[in-house]
Amino acid sequence: MLIGHQPKDFLLAVEALTVSFDGFKAVNDLSFYVEENEIRVIIGPNGAGKTTVLDLICGKTKATSGSIQFRGKELTKLRENEIVKAGVGRKFQTPSVFEDLSVFENLEISFPRGRTVFGSLTFQRDATVQDRVEEVAEMIFLKDRLKTSAAELSHGQKQWLEIGMLLIQNPDLLMLDEPVAGMSVSERAKTAELLNRIIKDRSVLVIEHDMKFVEDIAHKVTVLHQGQILSEGTMDKVKNDPKVVEVYLGH
Amino acid sequence: MIINSRFFNRSELIGFVSLLLLLVVILPLALDVFRLNLVAKYLTYAFVAIGLVLCWGYGGILSLGQGVFFGLGGYCMAMFLKLEASSVANTKIQSTPGIPDFMDWNQLTQLPFFWKPFQSFPFALAAIILVPAIFSFIIGAAMFKRRVGGVYFAIITQAIAAIMTILIVGQQGYTGGINGITDLRTLHGWDIRTDHAKYILYFVEVFFLFVAILVAQFIRLTKLGRILVAMREQEDRVRFSGYSVANFKIFAFCAAAVFAAVGGALFTLEVGFMSPSFVGIVPSIEMVIYTAVGGRLSIFGAVYGSLLVNFAKTSLSETFPQLWLFGLGALFIAVVLAFPNGLAGIWGDYVQPRIDRLLASRSKKSGNGGLVANGAPAE
Repeated sequence: MLIGHQPKDFLLAVEALTVSFDGFKAVNDLSFYVEENEIRVIIGPNGAGKTTVLDLICGKTKATSGSIQFRGKELTKLRENEIVKAGVGRKFQTPSVFEDLSVFENLEISFPRGRTVFGSLTFQRDATVQDRVEEVAEMIFLKDRLKTSAAELSHGQKQWLEIGMLLIQNPDLLMLDEPVAGMSVSERAKTAELLNRIIKDRSVLVIEHDMKFVEDIAHKVTVLHQGQILSEGTMDKVKNDPKVVEVYLGH
Repeated sequence: MIINSRFFNRSELIGFVSLLLLLVVILPLALDVFRLNLVAKYLTYAFVAIGLVLCWGYGGILSLGQGVFFGLGGYCMAMFLKLEASSVANTKIQSTPGIPDFMDWNQLTQLPFFWKPFQSFPFALAAIILVPAIFSFIIGAAMFKRRVGGVYFAIITQAIAAIMTILIVGQQGYTGGINGITDLRTLHGWDIRTDHAKYILYFVEVFFLFVAILVAQFIRLTKLGRILVAMREQEDRVRFSGYSVANFKIFAFCAAAVFAAVGGALFTLEVGFMSPSFVGIVPSIEMVIYTAVGGRLSIFGAVYGSLLVNFAKTSLSETFPQLWLFGLGALFIAVVLAFPNGLAGIWGDYVQPRIDRLLASRSKKSGNGGLVANGAPAE
């Protein structure tokens, strides 16, 4: 077991993180560490604080106390867009894509250039942007839908588009909130394939309920319960942990 | 009609050319100078409406206080013109000659410090742009950085419009009070009240209107235009794509303010006075109605909306002065409920497809008209 006193080895170090909503501690003194190129899956029953943890890392929710170190930067002090620039990408639970824009425009907006007001006024759609958008579109199985309005995509395709929007940002840490929820069996398989391809040079933090999917992708699993870590380790270890069986798996 | 330009798509190009024909050729030939001057007055509101297309239609930021910026632009112009009209020779019967008449009536004996720079025309021109830009920047930064938006923002802009009116009316000696700044005569010695001047001013205004249309179209087509649309739908997704949403909202709000101010300055020139009745809540809401009726996603629609609603206002308020406001309110409700994209939406959904079908069957027949619906900036 790793003891976290060498932060340089970790991409993300969450320490003593606590957030309290009117006295209710949704996340309570939570510490965990994610290494470079690791796929970490967070599981836990409803209300365990899984989504809140992602919200805290990406800056959507402000922590009450504790620290989140990402490559030596303290994320709790940064704004959302600064956290994105530091290299953290976040996918939401419900697909949030820009339905009034085309697939191409959705991906283009996420391309990491011209993110200031005047930068976006002078932004040019040059060959670099064009190539990168096409490359990512191919990865997310939407190469022939570039001109389609995002509103016309299926639920699964919207999920892929949002994953694509994160990929084009090229984040070092990718956070996915239930990426296969609501997908058909074949879409699930394709998504697993997609995730396995895109994790090569980055770390991924995934929340997922689908145990089959978790077993397929996870390097390490963290089980949350009432805002605290119940168990952590490989899927095999976690599955056989009696505490986990009791609260989560064993029904 | 195979003109293919990147800047305008085919129907936008038709819209642009037909508006150009209407404003530059048809109306000046068809109308006498009095009516043409009325059109010029209506068109000053088109500037505000174009700004609202960007800010409200694209950015989703509803401002019910555009009259404030219209007024700021108008007052900056009026202050310059008033000082020119208040030369010592013109005001020698006053107890203090050389200051505007209303100051004299209010026992002021010298020009207030903030009036002095308005003796310079270049300063006044810069102020027309900068004063509303700075003011809207302050409001925008205070609101959007704190993530105040939607209805709350709309109510605050409305409150600012009310405060502005009270301030202008209350500070009579400095602002001309409820009467506003009246009796404006010349611009650099050129009498703006003659028929000839009214013709020239009309064309100057139409020129600026087309500049405004081109600038708005430019903004719409940049990535910034697409970010505005994106922000309207999924603010958080924009934020987590690495953009500071507040800065983009501030930009949209400031741009709309500057468009409104240019309209206001031209209004002062066309009509010959400026008063708080163009600043408050009611005119501000009317400006939103022009945009809604024309189609809040269409730049050309905004121009037609301003023309039509104002034309209806002039004709109907003469005949039914009591009923007019109810009519305007009913029109707004009807448009929002039945045609959320206004006239431009009606054109795009019903008229344009028919014309296209006609064109397809009889390739000789050419389409005319000018409203263009754009749900989103297409690729």
